Amino acid sequence: MRRWIEANTWTLGLAVLLAVLLLATKLIQPGFGASGLDSLARAALPFALATVGMAIVVIAGGIDLSIAAMMAVASVTGAVLMDGASDGQSLLIVVGVLLLGLLMGAVNGALIVLSRVPDIVVTLAMLFVWQGVALLILNAPGGGAAPWLRAMVAGGLLGMDWLPRGIVFLAVVTAAIWLPIRRSRLGLRLYAIGSDPLAAFRSGVPVGQTRIIAYALCGLFAALGGLSVTMGTGIGEPIPGPYLLASVAAVVLGGVVLGGGRGGLLGPILAVFILRTVRMDLTLLSVDPNVAAIVEGTIMVAVVMFGAVVATRGRKP
Amino acid sequence: MTMTATPTPLARLGRVMVDRPLVPLIGLLILLVAILAILNPGVLSMFWAGNTLKIAIPLAMLAACQTLTMLTGGIDLSVGTAATIAAYLTATLAPLIGVPPAIAVALAAAVVIGLVNGFGIAICRVHPLIMTLGTALIATGCLLVYQRYVIATGVLIPEALLWLGTGRTWGLPNSLVLFIPFAALVIWAQRRSGFGRLLYAIGANEAAARLSGVRVWQVHLTLYTLSSLIAGVTGLLYLGQIKTASLSLALPLDLPSVAAAVIGGTSIFGGRGGYGGTIVGALILTVLTSMLTLMQIPEGGRRILFGLIILAVTALFIRLTERS
Repeated sequence: MRRWIEANTWTLGLAVLLAVLLLATKLIQPGFGASGLDSLARAALPFALATVGMAIVVIAGGIDLSIAAMMAVASVTGAVLMDGASDGQSLLIVVGVLLLGLLMGAVNGALIVLSRVPDIVVTLAMLFVWQGVALLILNAPGGGAAPWLRAMVAGGLLGMDWLPRGIVFLAVVTAAIWLPIRRSRLGLRLYAIGSDPLAAFRSGVPVGQTRIIAYALCGLFAALGGLSVTMGTGIGEPIPGPYLLASVAAVVLGGVVLGGGRGGLLGPILAVFILRTVRMDLTLLSVDPNVAAIVEGTIMVAVVMFGAVVATRGRKP
Repeated sequence: MTMTATPTPLARLGRVMVDRPLVPLIGLLILLVAILAILNPGVLSMFWAGNTLKIAIPLAMLAACQTLTMLTGGIDLSVGTAATIAAYLTATLAPLIGVPPAIAVALAAAVVIGLVNGFGIAICRVHPLIMTLGTALIATGCLLVYQRYVIATGVLIPEALLWLGTGRTWGLPNSLVLFIPFAALVIWAQRRSGFGRLLYAIGANEAAARLSGVRVWQVHLTLYTLSSLIAGVTGLLYLGQIKTASLSLALPLDLPSVAAAVIGGTSIFGGRGGYGGTIVGALILTVLTSMLTLMQIPEGGRRILFGLIILAVTALFIRLTERS
């Protein structure tokens, strides 16, 4: 009960912090409104989806360093196939890319389980493999995206300008995939192998299988993130963005303990929006974008350092 | 360690690979050179050998950073960035403040990166991979900001570095003048010095090392600072070799440096390996790369192959050490 309250205090604190930051944005630029919120949502969408994928793997006691590279593969695959395709075809392509994401994640998980090499080494090696695959598919940014896909994340929803479609898309997709899992036996297993794999194994949880599912879910969200990059820009991007460090930082800031077994998805998503709002505020204050990148990187490293200190303290009570 | 009465051939091979990684590695190197000679008859010459050495040396030096950090179970993914920053600072500052101060500033910048890495890893206990990735990101941002302010001044690559990077004496590259003492020092340090033994001790069992009185955080701080310093020196050498100051000079060497150390038999989990194998690993990678270029395999294919090699070698070592 106490842990439940504590977890929610953290999430509530993040929500308050986000609200304060948005108010500060309004003060910095009085004209900040629906269109600003919309561009914030669109910029945050790939980061948020990557963070959700990373959070699931971290909850299950792992880490996936190849997430940004998988996003690149999904982005270029979608963009190359959709270039000039009809609406019906592009719907099939989207389904195909999502399946590809599941498959890539499952390959990561299966390699970890079968080779018995630690997750951090396997996903580091797979980071290079997926990067190579993305470069083989598309050498330079290019391709196209179906107009209906691009319309899914741009503008407000049904005349409500203050509610960006990007946020609705994120909420619907995440809830549709995660909530049924969280309520099912699988959700419990994910948390179980994260908090103590040996205890989970002795209570009859198929540890290897659950781990592969966790990585496959991460791949699925990476594919969604990659598609959202293509949806936002209209082209495929073979060079992975800075999503790896950003997603780890957001997961840690969101209250998921590195090492597994604790935390939810709402906190990390709020954390993504906090980090993106900070970046946007720096831009609005007309800070040099490179300086803004340094500030952002420093914040992320500081967050991860803080998270590591907390995790170390937690391990030896 | 218990040996069964009749070890299977595979187990015996495993023992050979684990105890004497140099023997199969040199065999593999000779095999690759032979395949290269068959693919492209007449390629083997003194000039080719000198060229291969010249390309392999910066890689082998960056792989020294990976070898040393991997001995403790860590990794340093900021070496490419540290090398690039050192090279860029030297080239742009040399016309302004002279060559020796420029080199001093460049190496100081590399040391700062290492200190930040060391602080995060030793004191905050962040995983080295995440920490070094983060500092690389921040340092690249700083380099981009710096680059905007020096755009007006010219670029000067010091003569000594050009001599070291591109010159040849009796067909052999001059960079050996730097590399042979460097390699000897690293091998001596890891085998004979107290610091080297501490690295192995922490990598083999960190808790045991801590309980035996090792101040683990001091070792980590020194190690990552040293690693960045080596990367900075490599950046200077690489600047002389490539002869341009670019913002992504040594970044493509990040991944191959990890691959070279892993192929060379250094365990990515710590406690096992050595620099001798890494040097052979760097040579193998260089020959392999020239082979892939000859077969016109695109960049993407090369990355896939490197990733798979790291994975396969690590998995193989785990299997072999479990069996023996």
